[in-house]
Amino acid sequence: MSAVRVLVGTRKGAFVLESDGKRERWDVRGPFFAGWEIYHVKGSPADPNRVYAAQNTAWFGQLIQRSDDGGKNWQPVGNKFAYEGETGTHLWYDGTPRPWEFTRIWHLEPSPNDPDTVYAGAQDAALFRSTDGGQSWNELTGLRRHPTGTEWQPGAGGLCLHTIILDAARPERIFIAISAAGSFRSDDGGATWRPINRGLRSQGIPDPDAEVGHCVHHVARHAARPDVLFMQKHWDVMRSDDAGETWNEISGNLPTDFGFAIDVHAHEPDTIYVVPIKSDSEHFPLEGMLRVYRSRGGGNEWEALTNGLPQRDCYVNVLRDAMAVDSLDSCGIYFGTTGGQVYFSPDAGDHWSAIVRDLPAVLSVEVQTLK
Amino acid sequence: MIRVLLPPHLRVLVRLGGELQLEVDGADGQVTLRAVLDALEARYPVLCGTIRDHVTQKRRPYLRFFACERDLSNEAPDGPLPEEVAKGREPLLIVGAMAGG
Repeated sequence: MSAVRVLVGTRKGAFVLESDGKRERWDVRGPFFAGWEIYHVKGSPADPNRVYAAQNTAWFGQLIQRSDDGGKNWQPVGNKFAYEGETGTHLWYDGTPRPWEFTRIWHLEPSPNDPDTVYAGAQDAALFRSTDGGQSWNELTGLRRHPTGTEWQPGAGGLCLHTIILDAARPERIFIAISAAGSFRSDDGGATWRPINRGLRSQGIPDPDAEVGHCVHHVARHAARPDVLFMQKHWDVMRSDDAGETWNEISGNLPTDFGFAIDVHAHEPDTIYVVPIKSDSEHFPLEGMLRVYRSRGGGNEWEALTNGLPQRDCYVNVLRDAMAVDSLDSCGIYFGTTGGQVYFSPDAGDHWSAIVRDLPAVLSVEVQTLK
Repeated sequence: MIRVLLPPHLRVLVRLGGELQLEVDGADGQVTLRAVLDALEARYPVLCGTIRDHVTQKRRPYLRFFACERDLSNEAPDGPLPEEVAKGREPLLIVGAMAGG
C-alpha cells in the first residue's frame, strides 16, 4: 500500500502530514522544534526513514536534526558549519566588501544513493557536505572561492545558497543556485564550479552578458531528463536544455513572471508549475487570486489552475522551497503559503484543497512517496 | 557546584525543566565564564554553537549573561564570576534577548 509523507518547514516549527495513497485523510504531527524557524526538511531517497531538518533562530543559531524513523523521533546532529581557510569577502548591499559570515542553512539535499550523505546550502553562500549522517560537515570550498565570489551580492533574503540538485546516475554533477549570484554547476563532485547563467537578463545589471549577479529564485529538474532545467528567476521563468549552458525565457502568457516556486510533474517532464507573484515589491498573488500556472509543453503556454484555491482576498506568498510533487500514478502537487495553508492537488493541479490551513508561515514543503 | 539557568529553548534541547548544576574547576576558588561554558558544552554537546560561536567563541548577539543582578554579558570571559555564583549560592542566568515576534 502506497503512502505519502509531506514534510513542512515553518517559521515556528516543523510538521509532518501523512496519508495513505488515496490522499483523502491526513494525519498532522507537530510542531517539532516548536518556536524555531525550520527552513527545510527533506527525506533521503535512499532510505525514506532518514529525514533531515534545518532548525535555526537568530538567538541560538543553527541546529541540524535527524530522524531515523520517518520523522517521529529526532536527534540533533552536528551543527558546526565553519568556512574553511581564508574567509575572504563578498559584496554587501552597498557594494562594499564584507567577510563571509554564517547565518543559517537554507536547504538540505540528501544524496540519492546514500542516506548518510547530505548536502547543505548556507547563508552566506557556501556548500557543505556530511558523509556521516549529519554528524560532521565539511565545506566544498571550490564554490565560495570561485573567482567571481568577491563580486557576489545578497538578494533581499541574504546571500543564500538555496537550491541543490544532485544526479543519481551522475554523482559528479551538482547544480546549485545562489541569490543573487546565479546558478553554478560542478562536474567533478563539487571540487570546481562554473557559473551557468548565459541567457539570463536581469534588471539592474548593465552588462547583458553578466556572468554572475542574477537573482535566481529556484531551479527544478525532472530526473529522467537531467540536462533540462527550469528556473524561476526574480523576474522571468527560464529553461535550459543543455544543463545550464544556455537559458531561454519561457514566461510566455504568464500574467506576471515574478515568483519563487517552480516544480516539475513526476511523470511528465514537460509539465511544469509556477505560482506567479505580483512583483518584487508586492509579494502576493495578482488581484488577490491564488493561481498555480501549469504548462504542459515545457513553458510559454500556461493555464491557470484555480479549482479549490481562494479567488478573492488572498495575499499570501509561496516561497521558493514550498512546492513539491509526489510520484503516485496520479501525480500530486503540493505547496505551502506564508498564510500557513498547505494546499494539495491529487490530479496534477486540476483540483485543489487544503490539507491544513492554520500553520505558521510555511517556508518549505517536501514530499516523500512511500511504496 | 555552579548553577546555570538556560533560556527555555535551550532547556528543551538538553531536556531539563529548570536549573542545571555543573562541576567547574576554578583556580584559587575563582570560576570564569569561559570555564562554565566549556563545562556546559562538554556535558551537553548539543549546546555547542547555540550560546557562543563555534569558531570565534563570541557570545551570540541575542544572548546575555546575568548573575547577582549584574549584566555580565560584556565582561571578559576569563575574568572571575561573582563569588556568589562560584559558590553556588546564585545561578548564572543565560537569557535570550526580548526581540522579534
